[in-house]
Amino acid sequence: MYNAKYVIPGLAVFVGIFTMPFWLNFGSEEYRYPEVALPKGQIVIDGQSVDAGAACIEPKEWMRANHMSLLIEWRDQALRNEKRVYVASDGRKWETSLQNTCMACHGDKEAFCDKCHDTNSVNPYCWDCHVIPQGNNHEFE
Amino acid sequence: MPKMPTPAELLAATPAFPAKGWMDVKSEIRPGNYCYPAKPDTLLGLGFKRAHAWAPEDQDWNLPANWEDIMYNALKERLDKHRSLKVFMDVCVRCGACADKCHFFLGTNDPKNMPVLRAELLRSVYRKDFTLAGRLLGKVAGARRLDAGIIKEWYSYFYQCSECRRCSLYCPYGIDTAELTVLVREMLLELGLASNWIMDPVSNCNRTGNHLGIQPHAMKEIVEFLCDDIETITGIRIDPPFNEKGHEILFITPSGDYFADPGIYTFMGYLMLFHELGLDYTLSTYASEGGNFGSFVSFDVAKKLNAKMYAEAERLGSKWILGGECGHMWRVVNQYMATYNGPTPPNLEQPVSPITGTVFKNAAATKMVHIAEFTADLIHHDKLNLRPERNNHIITTWHDSCNPARGMGLLEEPRAVLRAVCNNFVEMPEHTIREETFCCGSGSGLNTEEIMDIRMRGGFPRANALRYVADKHNVNWMACVCALDRAALPPLTEYWVPEVTVSGLHELVANALVMKGEIPRTMDMRQEDLPFPDPEPEEPETQEPEEIGTGAATEPKSEEDA
Amino acid sequence: MTIALVATLLILIVGWGGSMIGLQGVLGALPLAALAVFIVGFVWRVVYWAKSPVPFAIPTVGGQQRSLDWIKPSRLDAPWTTAAVVGRMALEVLTFRSLFRNTAAERTTINGVPRLTYYSSKWLWVFALLFHYSMLVIVVRHARFFLEPVPVCIQVIEFLDGVMQVGHPRFYLTDAFILAGLGFLFLRRLYTEKLRYISQPADWFALFLLICVAGSGICMRYVDKVDIAQAKVFIMGLFTFSSVSTEGLSPIFFIHLTFVSVLLAYFPFSKLMHMGGVFMSPTRNMKVNTREERHVNPWNPPKKFHTYAEYEDDFRDAMAEAGLPLEKQPEPATETGNGAGA
Repeated sequence: MYNAKYVIPGLAVFVGIFTMPFWLNFGSEEYRYPEVALPKGQIVIDGQSVDAGAACIEPKEWMRANHMSLLIEWRDQALRNEKRVYVASDGRKWETSLQNTCMACHGDKEAFCDKCHDTNSVNPYCWDCHVIPQGNNHEFE
Repeated sequence: MPKMPTPAELLAATPAFPAKGWMDVKSEIRPGNYCYPAKPDTLLGLGFKRAHAWAPEDQDWNLPANWEDIMYNALKERLDKHRSLKVFMDVCVRCGACADKCHFFLGTNDPKNMPVLRAELLRSVYRKDFTLAGRLLGKVAGARRLDAGIIKEWYSYFYQCSECRRCSLYCPYGIDTAELTVLVREMLLELGLASNWIMDPVSNCNRTGNHLGIQPHAMKEIVEFLCDDIETITGIRIDPPFNEKGHEILFITPSGDYFADPGIYTFMGYLMLFHELGLDYTLSTYASEGGNFGSFVSFDVAKKLNAKMYAEAERLGSKWILGGECGHMWRVVNQYMATYNGPTPPNLEQPVSPITGTVFKNAAATKMVHIAEFTADLIHHDKLNLRPERNNHIITTWHDSCNPARGMGLLEEPRAVLRAVCNNFVEMPEHTIREETFCCGSGSGLNTEEIMDIRMRGGFPRANALRYVADKHNVNWMACVCALDRAALPPLTEYWVPEVTVSGLHELVANALVMKGEIPRTMDMRQEDLPFPDPEPEEPETQEPEEIGTGAATEPKSEEDA
Repeated sequence: MTIALVATLLILIVGWGGSMIGLQGVLGALPLAALAVFIVGFVWRVVYWAKSPVPFAIPTVGGQQRSLDWIKPSRLDAPWTTAAVVGRMALEVLTFRSLFRNTAAERTTINGVPRLTYYSSKWLWVFALLFHYSMLVIVVRHARFFLEPVPVCIQVIEFLDGVMQVGHPRFYLTDAFILAGLGFLFLRRLYTEKLRYISQPADWFALFLLICVAGSGICMRYVDKVDIAQAKVFIMGLFTFSSVSTEGLSPIFFIHLTFVSVLLAYFPFSKLMHMGGVFMSPTRNMKVNTREERHVNPWNPPKKFHTYAEYEDDFRDAMAEAGLPLEKQPEPATETGNGAGA
C-alpha cells in the first residue's frame, strides 16, 4: 500500500465513526423499555369514575406512537374550535383537556412523560404554556 | 481531406443526440473524423512490436490474434500502476458538471465527447473485467464486453480529446480525462494503433532531436536565415551559439518556433532578447525540441524524449535550462520531468537570473525556467528598454494555453510581459480565460489536416470568445505562449475570426524591444510596415545605421558585455 | 430507469412483505450484516485504490502558480504547502468548491450568428450541498436511537433542525431539504437531455434508494407513526449484540430498515464510493510545486533514450561541415578509413 501514513489514519477515523454506536454502548447495561409510572385504581375524570389501570382513552400501542398528534389535535379543537368533546375509537367520550383528562392519570411529568422523552431526546413544547405537573396537579382544580 | 463547409454551415450541421443509448450507437469511422494511422516502420523503430498495416476505414484492423488478452493485461497493468485510473474509474457519479465544459462537445454536440461519456467508453470495459457488479449484471451495471468495435470507438474518441484538462477543473472529484486519454492511447499503442501525426514527430525527435526532423546542420542554417531577418529589421547581426560547452544557460524551445510562421517571429524575439541582455547561453541541435509529442500517447515515450534535455545540459555543462514558449512542453517539464529523470545532473544549479539576480525558487528541483517567467522578471526590474508604441496598431487579447494554465498556473507572468510591450490589451470574457481557458481544439497531437472538421468545431468555443472581443473591442491580435497554438490557431482564426492575427508573446516583445545600436525600426518582426515607426534619430545617433550596414554592430556590444 | 425502479420496488416488497409474513427476525438482522459489508467493503475499496501508487504529480492547477515574488499566487487553487493542500481539500469536501465553479454553456444566436454563451450555474451546487448536509444531519440525528444517554450536541442539532416548531411531532427542516435535494437531482437527470443520456441504471437506483430511505423515514415519523421507544430498544439491542425483540414495531419500520440496509451494503460497490474517492484524487490532493520538489515514482523505469553519442554518430560529417562543435572529429575521408568501415 502506498501513502499509508495518510490512508490508514483516514480509514481508522472512518471505521471509528461508523462503529461508534458499538464502542460507546460497549459494556453498558442492557437497554430496556423505559418504565413509566402508571396510574392505578379508580380515578374521577370529567364526572365519571374510570379504572385507570384498565386502559387509556385509546389503546396503549396507539397512544405510544400517536399521543403527540392527539394532543395537538386536542389543542386545536379546544382552543381554536371550542370543541371540547373527543369521541374515542371505542365510542367513549372525553373532555379534550390536557390537564383535566390526561393529567388526571398521568400527573407526574418526571415519572411519566420524561421517561421516554429523555431517552429518545424528545423535547415537546407542552410546558411552554402548561404548568409542569409534579404529581400534585389535582390540587389546581 | 473533405472540403470544409462555411462556419455557418458547419454549425447548422450540428447533429442532435442519437435516439439510441450510447452503448448501442456504433462509432462511425469516415473520412474527416479519424487521424491517419502511424506507419508500421515508424512504430517498429520506436520498439512497438505489434506495429502493423491497417486502415481506419477497413472493417478489419488486423489486430493481433490475442488482442483481447493484450488489452486486458494492458488495463490491469495500468490499474496497478496508476491510482488515478482506479479512482477515476470508480468514483464518477455522472453529475454531468463536465459535460458542457469540453470544447469538442460544445463544437460537435456528439454525446460521446462529453468527458463523462468519453470516460465511460473505458469505464464500461473496466466494469466488465474488474468489478463484481459488472461481471454479474453486465449492461445493467453499465458494463460491456470489449470488442473490436470498442477499439475503433476508442481510436475515434480518445483522439478527439486534446488533454486540456478543462473538465478536471470542474469535476467535484477532479477526474482528469487527459490522464485517461493518455492511458487509453498507451493501450492502443500496445495493439500497434496510433496516429501518424503524433508518432512521426516522436520518431523524428528521437533520432534528429526535434519533431520536425530538422537535422543539425539544417537547424543551424535556418537559424542563420532568421538572423538575417533580424539584421534586416534591426540592423543588428546575431550569431547564436550552438552545442557549445561551458555556457551558463541551455535554451530549449519547440522546433515549431524556428521552423514555421508565426513561431519564427517569436524565436527571433528570443534571440534578440538574449543578445540585448548579453546572456551566456547556447542552443543545442541534439536537444532541439522543447515539445514532447510522446506525452500525448505514452508516459514511457514522453520520458524517452524528455531525457535528452538533462543529458544535453550535463554534456554541455550548463547551470540551468531556459525553456521557450510552449504548452504541452510545460506540462511535461512542470509535472513530469523531475519524476521521470530523478535527481538532476550535478552541474545543474538552482536557476538565478544573471541580469536581475532573481532566484527562481519555484524551479529548485527541475532547474528549468519558463521564458515568460524570465522576461516578466526582467521587466519587473526594469532591465529592458521597451517602446510599446511600436505595437500600437495591435489590439491584442491573451489566449491562455491549456497546459501552462491548468498544468502549471502560468497566468500572470505572460500578462505582465504583454502589458509592458503592448498598450492595447483586452481580456476575453470570463469563463474562457485563465484556468477556465478553452483549448485551441488541436492540442495533444490533433492538429493534423485530415480532421479539420473536428478541429474547427473543437476550436469553436475559443473562436467564439475571440469573436466577442473582436466585435466589441476591435481586437485584431491574439497572443499566446504555446507552439501548438501558434500552429493551430492561425487556421482556426482564419476560419472563424479572420481579422485576428496569432502570435507568440516574444514576437511582441521583439517589436517593442529597443536594442542598443539598432536602426530606427520601420517594420515589425514580420517585416511589415510599422504604422507607428520610430522617429528619425537625433543627431548623436545618426552614425549608427551606417555602422550596422557594415555588419559590425555586434562588436562594440560584445565588448560592453565582456 | 425502469430497471432501477423495479429494483427499488423489489426492496420495498421485501421489507413490507417480510414484516407482514413474520420475518421480522430476519429483517432485524439485516442492518448488522449490511453495516459489516459497508465498513469492510469501504475499507477494502480504499485499500484497493491505495495499493496503486501515484506515479506522477498531476494536480489540476486552478489559479496562479507561486513563481516570482511580486506575483500574488493563488494559495487554494495552486497550493504549494501541505497546509494549503489540506485547505483545498477541506473546501472541496466540505463546500464542493469545484462544483461551485460550475458554468452552463448555451448555444444562442447573436445577430444571426450562432454563438456560445456561458453563465455561472450554481443550482447543482446548491442542491448537492443541500442533499449532502441534510443527509449528514439526519444521520447524526439518528444517534439518539444509538446512544444512551443522548449527548447534548445531538439534542442541539435536533433542536435546530426542528426550530420551526411546525407539525407534530416537530417537523425537521432536513426532511424537506433532503427531499428537495434528491428531487432536484432526480428531475435534473430526467429533464436535462445531456443528463438523461449519460444516466445509467445505477444512477437512477442510487437516487431511488435514497429517496426511499428518506421517504420511508419521513413516513414513519409523520404518517404511519411508530413507537420510537420500542424502536430504540430494538436498535440498542443490535448495537449491544443482545437478543432483540421486534414486538410492537410496524411494517414501515422494517421497510425503512431494509432500505437503509440495502443502501449500506450497496455503498462500497457503487459510485457512492465517491465519499472515499474524493480524498484520493491526485488532481486535488497534491501540491502545486512540482518544479520545486521532486515527486518520486516507485516504478520509475530506467531511462532509455537516443544518446548524444549515437546522435553525433548519425550526423557527424554534416555537423562538421556546418561548423558545429563535436565530441569526436570525423575520421579523415582517406581510403584506409573507408576500408576499415566497410
